[in-house]
Amino acid sequence: MEPKVGVMLRSTVDDTAVVVVRWSAGAARLTCGGATMVDKADHDGTARAELDPEHAAGTLLGKRYTDAAGSVELLCTKPGRGSLALDGTPLAVKAAKPLPASD
Amino acid sequence: MNLTTLLDMAAEADGDHIALATETEGLSVDEFRAAARRGAALLLRAKASALVHLAENGPAFPVALFAAALAGVPFVPLNYRLGEAQLTALLAQHPGAYVLTDRQHSAPAGPEAVAVDSPQEWLDTLNSASPAEPPAIEPEPESTAVIIYTSGTTSAPKGVLLRHENLVSYVIGTVEFAGAQPSEASLLCVPPYHIAAVSAVLTNLYAGRRLVILGAFSPARWLELVRRERVTNVMVVPTILARIMDDDGDRSVPSLRTLAYGGAPMPPRVIERALREWPHVGFVNAYGLTETSSTVAVLGPEDHQKAYAAADPEERARLHSVGRPIPGVEVEIRDASGTARPAGSSGRIWIRGAQVSGAYAGQESGRTDGWFDTRDLGHLDTAGFLFVEGREDDTIIRGAENIAPAEIEDVLLRQDGVADTVVVGVPDEEWGQRIEAVVTPERGAELDPELLRAAVRTALRGAKTPDRIAVWDELPRTDTGKIRRRDIVAALGG
Repeated sequence: MEPKVGVMLRSTVDDTAVVVVRWSAGAARLTCGGATMVDKADHDGTARAELDPEHAAGTLLGKRYTDAAGSVELLCTKPGRGSLALDGTPLAVKAAKPLPASD
Repeated sequence: MNLTTLLDMAAEADGDHIALATETEGLSVDEFRAAARRGAALLLRAKASALVHLAENGPAFPVALFAAALAGVPFVPLNYRLGEAQLTALLAQHPGAYVLTDRQHSAPAGPEAVAVDSPQEWLDTLNSASPAEPPAIEPEPESTAVIIYTSGTTSAPKGVLLRHENLVSYVIGTVEFAGAQPSEASLLCVPPYHIAAVSAVLTNLYAGRRLVILGAFSPARWLELVRRERVTNVMVVPTILARIMDDDGDRSVPSLRTLAYGGAPMPPRVIERALREWPHVGFVNAYGLTETSSTVAVLGPEDHQKAYAAADPEERARLHSVGRPIPGVEVEIRDASGTARPAGSSGRIWIRGAQVSGAYAGQESGRTDGWFDTRDLGHLDTAGFLFVEGREDDTIIRGAENIAPAEIEDVLLRQDGVADTVVVGVPDEEWGQRIEAVVTPERGAELDPELLRAAVRTALRGAKTPDRIAVWDELPRTDTGKIRRRDIVAALGG
């Protein structure tokens, strides 16, 4: 599955939700807490996988997560205990370079 | 993702933070969300097709914006200054709407509405103690969140459809979530039917910045509110800044850190005066259209200072550019056939990005391959700074020659004593259109039309010299700051 920009993905191990801001990683596997994230529309709200302790650094609300190559960018809209990874490699918080407020 | 996600994120980050402050009340993010949820419940119960806001700005405005989003119906802020015939025509586009309007504008709301409430009564109902459940609805990202009618200065007003995904893209693409300091406050002083008012509600909530709302504008009230509420950020249209700079009272704004301006070209004298008078303020020139969900290019505080201090003419000129495109937005200059033009040459400004709607009510999408033709004219310089040269529709065709009014206006605005100017084409039997200008004097200045014509002739050439220059006390503008060119042509005998 190749997520579309703007789609919300949910974790199957906790409450984590992210919105896809950029995706050019093809069919790479996005996980939260070690388990594949699913389209919010396909999440039945009950199916729960186990949180992998290797992927339990957690996420922070409103932070952007990206890989070293910058091929994906995800915005965390609901935080959780699981951490995000792309094909097993943890994603990092993207440093903010704020624009001057224009509104 | 839709607008309601932004509200939920803000509530999750800090529900007790004050989101809204007016002269008499303050609402925390949680209270704000509760009021919006109760508003949504009222809309769903009434089976409203839309929520129309036809009133001055006030605390009901941001609540109504989110109530409509939560109920999955479009929010339609209308210009309460329009005449009854125009308002009746616009309201007829929204049968079955829930209308918020004050008494003096309620007449055109008429029998088509499912309900008519005054903003204050509506808000009082929503602030009651009843529990506020989230509605069971979740609007689709592709559904219309906001409909804003264009000002209609060059053609009949068009309803611009802004989808949830357009507005959300703008917010998450340009604003750092919860990035504001707790002490920050933003003043909302543009009319509620302006795209900048909608984007101010969204971005300040998302940034965690308290929003202070000014009702009817006057320079004294604006200055007083900025000082009393210790406002740190504000967005103004040029008319507002010009009027503040002309106010004789106390113009100090010690708390202000950032002043953004946009919506219409800023007269250079006004911005240069503000830069001198408020050296502690960072100025931000924001360029955008309703169709692009607000800002697409920004000239930031550092750009302003660098350009203002520069000796090099190309760098100095950037003070009057609109800066560079924001992340996620592409800008191209194209000729009339749609072919891209290189840096330095003028053409039409085309824009692409997720925040760009370009869709109008009852019309096909205005986009080609995602690209939206703004019908604004401009050019990019070698460093990617965008210069806006006016509207294509304002182009004067004298004989067979296309003349951009902005080029002549720039010369006139550089002349001593000229506060403001507009150059228009007036129907002419010989030339098709002849060039005429109107200038307004700075306070106490005397203007000689013949000297001004001579200055244009020297700077440009005879064919671009106005045949006539009239001196008026002020230019007719819409209250969003756009010059009413059609009225000016009519007054000049066109």
